Amino acid sequence: MTGALTLLRRRLVGSVFVLLIVIIGSFMLLEAAPGDAVDAYIVSTGGDAGMIELLRHRWGLDQSELTRLANYLWALLHLDLGQSVTFSRPIRDIILERLPTTLILMGSATALSFGLGSALGIYAGARPGSFRDRFLSIGSLALYAVPGFWLGLVLIVVFAVDLRWLPIGGIETIASGKIGLARATDIAVHLVLPVSALGFIYLALYLRMMRAGMAEAWRQDFILAARARGLTRRRIVLAHVARNALLPLITMLGLQSAQMLGGSVVIESVFAVPGLGRLAQEAVAGRDTPLLLGIILVSAVLVILINLLVDLAYALLDPRVGAGEAGA
Amino acid sequence: MNRLRRFFRTPEAIAGALILTLLVAMALAAPLLFPGDPQAIAGPALLPPFQDWSLPLGTDRLGRDVLAELFHGARTSLAVGLAAAAAALLIGAVVGTLAGFAGGLVDEVLMRVTDAFQTVPSFLLALAFVSIVGPSLGVVVVAIALGAWTGPARLARAEVLSIRERDYVAGARVIGMHPIAIAFREVLPNALPPVLALSSVIVAAAILTEAALSFLGLGDPNRVTWGGMIAEGRTVLRTAPFLSIAPGVALVLTVLGVYLAGEGVVESTAVRRSLS
Repeated sequence: MTGALTLLRRRLVGSVFVLLIVIIGSFMLLEAAPGDAVDAYIVSTGGDAGMIELLRHRWGLDQSELTRLANYLWALLHLDLGQSVTFSRPIRDIILERLPTTLILMGSATALSFGLGSALGIYAGARPGSFRDRFLSIGSLALYAVPGFWLGLVLIVVFAVDLRWLPIGGIETIASGKIGLARATDIAVHLVLPVSALGFIYLALYLRMMRAGMAEAWRQDFILAARARGLTRRRIVLAHVARNALLPLITMLGLQSAQMLGGSVVIESVFAVPGLGRLAQEAVAGRDTPLLLGIILVSAVLVILINLLVDLAYALLDPRVGAGEAGA
Repeated sequence: MNRLRRFFRTPEAIAGALILTLLVAMALAAPLLFPGDPQAIAGPALLPPFQDWSLPLGTDRLGRDVLAELFHGARTSLAVGLAAAAAALLIGAVVGTLAGFAGGLVDEVLMRVTDAFQTVPSFLLALAFVSIVGPSLGVVVVAIALGAWTGPARLARAEVLSIRERDYVAGARVIGMHPIAIAFREVLPNALPPVLALSSVIVAAAILTEAALSFLGLGDPNRVTWGGMIAEGRTVLRTAPFLSIAPGVALVLTVLGVYLAGEGVVESTAVRRSLS
């Protein structure tokens, strides 16, 4: 337990540096973008050269780059991400509005890909080299080759247009007046296709990792020992082989979170799900650079938090990790 | 010859090689078979496939030849995929070698920068980069490479860390070689094979990222891309799903071919054994 705490403290310090680099990087991108906040403001409200001069001075945009970076950091420290050009509202509020939808989508897709992927991985890895192993390996590779947005479109054609089983997009029926459980069911029905499109792509990753880990574990001495003790094959597969292959998958869970956030951009655009990803696309369409960079910063924070949680879970599951870190 | 025979041992590798050969042939033949602008109008709009033999796969919403677009799209996909992967591997190898060989503060700073790039979703980074700089083929390549160099960098660093203590590196030091020369002429070439083994995965990811960027309208507007074709076909998804399905199938086959061929190469060389 103390090992896990030491690990957490070390990771937290490292994360602060990483976040600082991300912030400086996004500040540089913001500077590289044509036009500044005043240009954007003038476009929406109108004003003369004197007004522009005044606003630049008031917002500190006529100062040196270092001062502006300091101002930027100071604002971020107060959780102020600036003003959105296209929405004419504080960026923080817009992002907070959209975040829960993306978290639900990502969480469900992760559960689907991790659960089904590792289960199929165990099925394939139980008998390495068998027909079902080869079939699942090739099949998962083919699945991994599918672009998420295209899978989404195919799912729409099949399940929403042809079969009419599921809604074509959106997060809930507009102006349905549903509340409570009825509303939750409505949202769940709307999420089936986007979650499948996002989850099925990454399923292959967990399947292949599980399978590779199990193929490795089968060669270890303790499996031979388990066999010699006369354990059933089922017990060896589940309690010894699969269990040893499972830990790296948990690390993957954290590493994949950034990928999945990126993948949700296209998936949310395809299914018109009003989440963070679709917001990013709207920011691009509206040339709203501050909003886009705000989304990137929030995503980075999210990825760091998820990885901290995964590290913590890992340290609790595998006592060697924390002990090693504490000793080092 | 021996290596070639080893490569063609598995049916997967053969399938991968076949797909890639076909694709390269398509890309090379595109300007010969379909000269002129593939974005020009060639016939009536929304002609279904297999109706008119001068337009075998029919036309899209604007009356453009779908087959010509598919051929020219292969050029874009392959060019962007290969260029972005080459750039990512180059950046990764250089950063990884510097970090691993220099150690200390340089290593610490470079690895934190690598962490930062891994923390930001690479697709969002590419999206921001292209939308700020403006869409063109070169910008798309850089945008994809920006998010893809971290894996190679980490692997190169790990390799360099194990190589830099070897005797021949100590020997190079003794004869007075400059550290930079040692890093890039003695250490890097030996650290490269496992890093290159990543290339198929990176090419595949680059092709998929390019497709997603063009799907969102951030591809080079002067070139046909499969992602752009899918986005175009999406507007008539209900009446003519073929227009979005065909380029998608081309994408899946391409990426699968890259994966399969990549696995074949890795398995036929000794790289995998030295890794484990």
